[in-house]
Order: sequence, then structure tokens, then C-alpha cells
Amino acid sequence: MDDALLILPMLVPLLFACLAIAVLRWRHVQAALTILNAAILIGLGIALMVVVWDERVIVTQVADWPAPFGITLVADLFSAIMVLLAAIVGFSAAIYSAATIDDRRALYGYYPLFNILLMGVMGAFLTGDLFNLYVWFEVLLISSFVLLGLGGTRAQMEGAIKYVVLNLLSSIIFLTGVGLVYGMAGTLNMADLAVRLRDVEDEGLVLVVSMLFLVAFGVKAAVFPVFSWLPASYHTPPVAVSALFAGLLTKVGVYALIRVFSLLFAEDQAHVQDVLIWVAGFTMVTGVLGAAAQNEFRRILSFHIVSQIGYMVMGLAFFTPLGYAAAIYFVAHNMFAKTGLFIVSGLSHRLLGSFELKKLGGLAKHSPEVTLLFFLCAFSLAGLPPLAGFFGKFALARAGFEAEHYIIVGVSLAVGLFTMYSMTKIWAEAFWKPYPAELPGDFQVRRRQPGMLVMTIPAVIFAALGVAMGVAAGPVFELLERAGEQLADPSGYIAAVLGGEPE
Amino acid sequence: MTSSTILKTTSLLLVTLFLIFSFFLLWRGHDEPGGGFAGGLVASSAFALYTIAFGAVGARQNLVIDSRLLIGVGMALAAISGIPSLLLGDAFATGRWADVEIADREIHIGTPLLFDIGVYLAVLGVVVTIVFALAEEED
Repeated sequence: MDDALLILPMLVPLLFACLAIAVLRWRHVQAALTILNAAILIGLGIALMVVVWDERVIVTQVADWPAPFGITLVADLFSAIMVLLAAIVGFSAAIYSAATIDDRRALYGYYPLFNILLMGVMGAFLTGDLFNLYVWFEVLLISSFVLLGLGGTRAQMEGAIKYVVLNLLSSIIFLTGVGLVYGMAGTLNMADLAVRLRDVEDEGLVLVVSMLFLVAFGVKAAVFPVFSWLPASYHTPPVAVSALFAGLLTKVGVYALIRVFSLLFAEDQAHVQDVLIWVAGFTMVTGVLGAAAQNEFRRILSFHIVSQIGYMVMGLAFFTPLGYAAAIYFVAHNMFAKTGLFIVSGLSHRLLGSFELKKLGGLAKHSPEVTLLFFLCAFSLAGLPPLAGFFGKFALARAGFEAEHYIIVGVSLAVGLFTMYSMTKIWAEAFWKPYPAELPGDFQVRRRQPGMLVMTIPAVIFAALGVAMGVAAGPVFELLERAGEQLADPSGYIAAVLGGEPE
Repeated sequence: MTSSTILKTTSLLLVTLFLIFSFFLLWRGHDEPGGGFAGGLVASSAFALYTIAFGAVGARQNLVIDSRLLIGVGMALAAISGIPSLLLGDAFATGRWADVEIADREIHIGTPLLFDIGVYLAVLGVVVTIVFALAEEED
């Protein structure tokens, strides 16, 4: 049973990708298959959550090669939570794609790649092997390269080149780190490494490797100072792609950072902590200042992704169960709020024909539903109680005070104010400014155009989940603290993979 | 496009040879050097040669099935090859072998062979798709 549960999140998207290739000509069939795939993934995510609920760590050795020789797939609470979250984002982005992706993109393989991207993300969350993690990273990156460039407009190509170059560079650094680790410890199984890296004599080299991983995953997660690829590319593809990327890609980088620093380099945490806190602070501040200078809907959102990643790294940097719990809560809240906001930007583009704030206006008067959706997502992001973002920041601040890192807590709260400023800018320009006079045609006609309802569904899902996470913050945090404790004490994880009793 | 008679005549011979060799590589691949990936590459070089000699249209017709579909079929076969062991209660992709007697010879076949065939088809599909796209751009 465990064997099947761990492999199916990769196997199902792969098979659906193959099916989608077989029906390339029929756009709607492809879309339906992709939605079905994501729905099955949500089911699998829930099943995984049920199985690991009692802090059981489930393991399978692919092809029956025992660890540490073969490829191990592992799920603890953290992995299961991430699988479920990614499946929800995938599901909503698939619905949005069904309403917005044109025939040409569908014919050139949009949906098969969408499924392969999901496979890569699931694989990255479930693997227990460092090299296998690299492989899943490549799977999701290569499919994201094509998704980003598909359509081939000039802006897309420009964004895609920056994205590809920086991400390939980070892959090379990652691979170098993997090679060094293998040279030092003779194994790439993460649980085995957690044991062996403790006994490596050359502590300096371990630190070097941990920094290589910090840079490699830092690029993928878009932290300061290597985030520039993100705001350069996320506003160029169709909104469905931006939304999918905003929900998934950087979060995989954050996942890898948390996994590697909680498991492999647990001994080095004292050295790494200062670096991580500086990185977190600068990421927050540069991201939010970058956003303040922008006047295009999706560019503002892109910079905010960067800023929010800083909070997640901050949660990691405390290395306490509460810190991990807050980081995971922030990842979840951010996946919902950010993907929701990108979809709202798509809705307002469909209604008013532009992403430029100058050309937007009047949405509050003419489209109350979009206004409500934006309000719920944006002010959750800014941390307005009782929405989810508030509890995320509250938990981070508490974790920071407990760990006695007062300055970063202060920085994070100040950044929250600036986030509010950016969101208010969009709020005032796109929603409360008078309806742009030069826009031809009747607004009510646009509002009732086909596909509008389908496009709204995913935003509703995210807004609702954001509210639910805020209302149910207590029980959610109870679960996340257990996940955080599991991360802080990896002996259960190690014992589950290598066999034998926990120390 | 070239229309050299020498190229056309020899390429027909070579294409046959390449394809047979690719099957050979695929077949011995599990225990000895070779396998689906190498076999797929050799097979796709056969199609590349054919494309150079006769053009992409002819090569497409000879492939019978759409090269993109070949990628899907290959990936699906490779993925499916892991499922039998899962159904029988083992970990995913655990090799399952059987000895089958065909014409008085024992033949050792199993799920890894299915995996290799999948890889063979997927590699063939990818390379041939690229070759066709490049050749058609030239025309």
C-alpha cells in the first residue's frame, strides 16, 4: 500500500501526459484529462496525509533495491502537506488553463508539459535521494522552460532566456554539490547522508557543500541576491502559466532548502543561521522595494513572490519546530494567495484588456466579485487579520522572539507594511479609480463573455482556502507543529529509511 | 534536398542494417552493453539517414505513426512496466522475469525488457521529431 501511494503521484501525471499526447488535436479533451489528473493527485495527497497523520514516515525502495543503494521515496508530514498543496494549485491552474489556453499552444504540447511539470514537483517532494532530487528538478525545470517560451512572443523569449540561464547555472552548482557530497560520504541517500555527514572529518568541506546547496536552491527559490530571473520572466507567459509557476516553482526551492538544512546539515546549523537570516532579511526588503517601483499588475506580484520567500527562509533560519511550522504555514498561505492573485490579474486583464495599472480602473463598481476575490487574496498577503497571512506573520514573529532574533522580526513586520502599500496601490488604481473612459464596448458584455465563470472558479478556491486557513489557524498550526518537530528531530525519518529503531 | 542515386541506394541498405542492429542492442541491453536508449538512438539515426536521402515527407510515411505519438507510447510503456510488480505486492519497478519456450529455445523475458522497449520508442520519437522539424524547416 505504501509502495503504491508513494509512486502514484509521479506515475499518474506521467500516464496522463502520455494520454494528452495521444489527443493533441482535441484541446478540450486534453484540458479535461489534465483536470482529472490533478483531481486524482489531490486524492492521493489526502491519502498520503491520512497515512502519515500519526507521524508515521512511509518509505518505498524503488525496484526493491535496498537503501542506500537504490532510489528511496519517503513521505513524512512535510512531504505529504506539500504534495497536497501542489495538487490543489495544479488543479486550479488546470481549470484556469482550460478556459484560457488557445488551440496553438495546446497543439504544441501545453497540457502534456503541464502534467510533466506536476510529476517533477511531486517527485521532488517525495524523493529521499539527493541525486534523484536533482533529476526531478530537471524534469520540472525543462518542462517549465517550454511552458514559459511556448507561444514564442518577443517578451516571452526574453524572459525565458534569463530564466533558463540562471536556472541552468543553479543546476550546475547543485550537481557540483552532489558530486562533492558523494566524494565525501560515498552515498547520496539523504537519510544515510544525515548519519554519515556527522562523521566527516573535514568540517570545512561540509560547510562548503552546504553553501553550494544554499546557492543552488536559493536560485530556484529566488532569494536575494539571485532572484532576478523571477521578476524578469513571470509576467511574460499566459496568466495560467504565471499562476502555476507562482504557486509551485519557488516553493520547490524552499522545500529543498528546508529539507536539506534540517536533515543533512543539522550539525552546521549554527554556522548557517546567520547567513540564512541575512538572506531572509534582504530578500524581504529588496522584493518589497522592487514591487513598490512597479506599475504593472503581474510585475508587482512577481516582486512580492520574492519578498514572501524571505519570510519562508526566515522561518527555516530559526531551526526550531515553531520556525519550521511557521515556514510551512507561510508556504501554504503564499501558494494560495499568490496563485489566486495571479488569476485575479488574469480576470482583470480579460475584463479591461491590460495589465498596466494606469489603464485599469472601475473594477470595484462594475465587478464586485473580482473585487472581493482580490481583497481576500491581497490583504491576506499583506497580513490583515483574520486572514491567513496574519497568522503566518504572527507565528514567525513568535518563533523569532523565542529564538531571540529581534531584528529580523522587526524587519519582517516593517516589510508587511510595505506589502500593504503595494497592495493598496493596485487596490486604488485598478479597483477604485474611475472606469477608463477610452475603453470601447460595454463592460457588462465583457463580464458575461464565455469562459469568465470557469476562470473565476480557481480564484474562488484560493480565496476560500485562504480564509479557511485563517479561521482554522489553530488546528492547522497543531498539525504543522508536529511536522516541524519531525523536521527538527529527523531520527524517525532516518530510521524509517534505513530500517531499525529510532535512536 | 539532395537527389544522389548513390546516396539513395546505399542508404536503403544501411537503414535496414541500422534497424536490425538497433533491435539487437535493445534485446541484449539488460545484461550487456546496449539497451533501449542506445538502440533508440541507432534506430533514429536510420530514420535521419533516410530523411537526408529521401526527404522528410517520405520518412514520415515510412514511420507510419506520428513521431510525437511515439514519444507518448514509449513513455507510457516504460511507466506501465513498473506496475505489475506493484500489483503483486512488491515495490514499484521490481523486475519480474519469466522463461518462455519458443521454438525449442528458452527465452528469458521480463518487465525490464518492456521498460527498455518504452525507452527505445521514446528516444526514437524525440530524435525523429527533431530531425523532421529541422528537415522541414530547410525545405
